[in-house]
Amino acid sequence: MKQLLKLASRNIWRNRRRTIITAASILFAVFFSIAISSIQEGTWDHMVNSVVHYHFGYAQIHKAGYWDDKTIDNAFDPAASYDAAQGMDAIYQLVPRIESFALASYKTYTKGALVIGVDPDREKSLTKADERMTAGSYLQSDDEGVLVAEGLAEYLKVGVGDTLVLISQGYHGINSAGKFPIRGLVKFGAPDLNKQLVYIGIEKAKWFYGTDNLLTALVVDVKEPDDLRHVVRELREKLGEEHEVLDYKEMMPDLIQAREVDTAGSQIILMVLYLIIGFGIFGTILMMLKEREYEFGILKAIGMRTSQLNIMLWLETIFLGMIGCVAGIIVSMPLVYYFYRNPIELSGQMAEAYERFGVQPLLPASMDFSIFIGQAVVIFLMITVLSLYPMYKISKLKPVEAMRG
Amino acid sequence: MTEEIVIKVSDVHKTYDETKVPVKALRGVTLDIKKGEFTAIVGPSGSGKTTLLNIIGGLDRPTTGSVVVNGMDISTLSDNQLIDFRKTNIGFVFQSYNLIPVLTARENVEFVMLLQKVDKAKRDARTKEMLQAVGLGDRMHNKPTELSGGQQQRVAVARALAPKPSFILADEPTANLDSSSTANLLDIMAQLNQEEGMTFVFSTHDQRVIDRARRVVTIEDGKVLKDEWR
Ligand SMILES: Nc1ncnc2c1ncn2[C@@H]1O[C@H](COP(=O)(O)OP(=O)(O)OP(=O)(O)O)[C@@H](O)[C@H]1O
Ligand SMILES: [Mg+2]
Repeated sequence: MKQLLKLASRNIWRNRRRTIITAASILFAVFFSIAISSIQEGTWDHMVNSVVHYHFGYAQIHKAGYWDDKTIDNAFDPAASYDAAQGMDAIYQLVPRIESFALASYKTYTKGALVIGVDPDREKSLTKADERMTAGSYLQSDDEGVLVAEGLAEYLKVGVGDTLVLISQGYHGINSAGKFPIRGLVKFGAPDLNKQLVYIGIEKAKWFYGTDNLLTALVVDVKEPDDLRHVVRELREKLGEEHEVLDYKEMMPDLIQAREVDTAGSQIILMVLYLIIGFGIFGTILMMLKEREYEFGILKAIGMRTSQLNIMLWLETIFLGMIGCVAGIIVSMPLVYYFYRNPIELSGQMAEAYERFGVQPLLPASMDFSIFIGQAVVIFLMITVLSLYPMYKISKLKPVEAMRG
Repeated sequence: MTEEIVIKVSDVHKTYDETKVPVKALRGVTLDIKKGEFTAIVGPSGSGKTTLLNIIGGLDRPTTGSVVVNGMDISTLSDNQLIDFRKTNIGFVFQSYNLIPVLTARENVEFVMLLQKVDKAKRDARTKEMLQAVGLGDRMHNKPTELSGGQQQRVAVARALAPKPSFILADEPTANLDSSSTANLLDIMAQLNQEEGMTFVFSTHDQRVIDRARRVVTIEDGKVLKDEWR
């Protein structure tokens, strides 16, 4: 085996130029696909991340059935959920919310509004709502007032210091109405939120909707997104049938699907690229086989087994592939890192479209190591498949014929 | 001298019918080679010398007839068994480009022993011994391209002999050499034949080489025409 390794590693440097050209083509393919994949992955990660942090969070706990029928009557007692989260280190915090619709009016203007009761401090650390204030100040801990989305405020012609009237139907049909001083205005990129959102302190919301201690949702804030899957699984096990625990993928299936479609598209491009490179490598293998036929004849004549020859050839192609692959990774690493640190900034219409969905108009690259490893695996598999041909040839090769030339 | 038969060729026929007209390369060759022989197979071009050597060496199979080496009929072996048979029994020296280009002289000589899994100490000693025997003790670390044609053939002889095979087959080993290299290679082969008692069978066109042989088997049209001892 050591001998075969020695032979293989020396053999690939026999025809330096050919090795370099082949390795360079692999380098190019690896570089190109790493660049594409990491920008794409990075951009989608950024998108999902923004959306997640904007409002939904990574996961939410509700009463079973709430997501399909979002009414205040589907509120639930969060006690069991708090208990369940106790001792789960991966959970950073649970952020309570009471969401329902109300009519918001000021003077003669009236409009439907999404009134969300939030815990100001926890909400702030989850969604950074305090950083999106355009006027006034953020809610205090037990604030009696409300924050109004910019678009809604414009429609109602209200400003900081005015008093907003909210009328709604609370828990189990009770009538609810109240007057709330406006503390500040918040800007939301997403138009539906910007046109209708009102933040209200959670205690005030409980009073307003008459839910006592019930909530409509608990947002699960995890420390590491990677832990999400097992956090959700554990919560589901603990909470049972009466609750639903949804992750962001389940809450935003459209976004996830769009990502899949987009990724599949570039996967096809990359496959075509690899196919082309594969043919290039195959050409190299064919030339090499032809040139070294005589030598293989000698090797077989003096007692080298077919299997040993095959291992040698396979090692040669693997080396060749790995040289290209490693070089490709080394070359793309700094570039990817650069775009990871300094994301491409979008401008014009694209930027507007992004902002509309509350996403910063950036195309950052992903430094996810699995992208790099993925390349190595693809090359490895491709080369192993390609080396089946020389293996077949070698098994057929007869020394006498090979050496007749 | 007890006459131990190493190779017994019995009525071997070989017909190539890859082309439209079948070629009868061998038409009934019968030949015994005994231990320690230094035998030349001679004959005009196309007479069947290479074919005969290939069949004796297990590189090719006879159409009919049998080849028995050390009491074993090699026609019964599978392809893989044949490879192992060649590895342990036969040292090959071909006309040219015998050596593995990426290995040094020393590594080339060592190669078959490595395949045979001879342990390192023994291997190293034998490699050195053989390279010195062929007069290349000082060129051990050179690659084949850094050696002359004659030197390359000497390394090939050293490689063939190193694992102590049953016999050495050499198909026109001097065909690409000038006369002084030819003489030199022949001296070495003759010497190793004497010292190691190694059996040599080689084919040649070259009268000077024929003159050095102790037995000369002449074939023509795939048949043994003359078989003389000197
Ligand atoms: N693989 C083959 N297919 C068809 N014919 C072959 C093959 N090998 C050899 N022959 C034919 O068999 C005959 C004997 O060939 P062989 O190579 O044994 O002769 P040779 O004595 O070694 O000749 P030379 O001195 O030129 O090397 C020739 O007519 C040759 O053309
Ligand atoms: Mg010949």
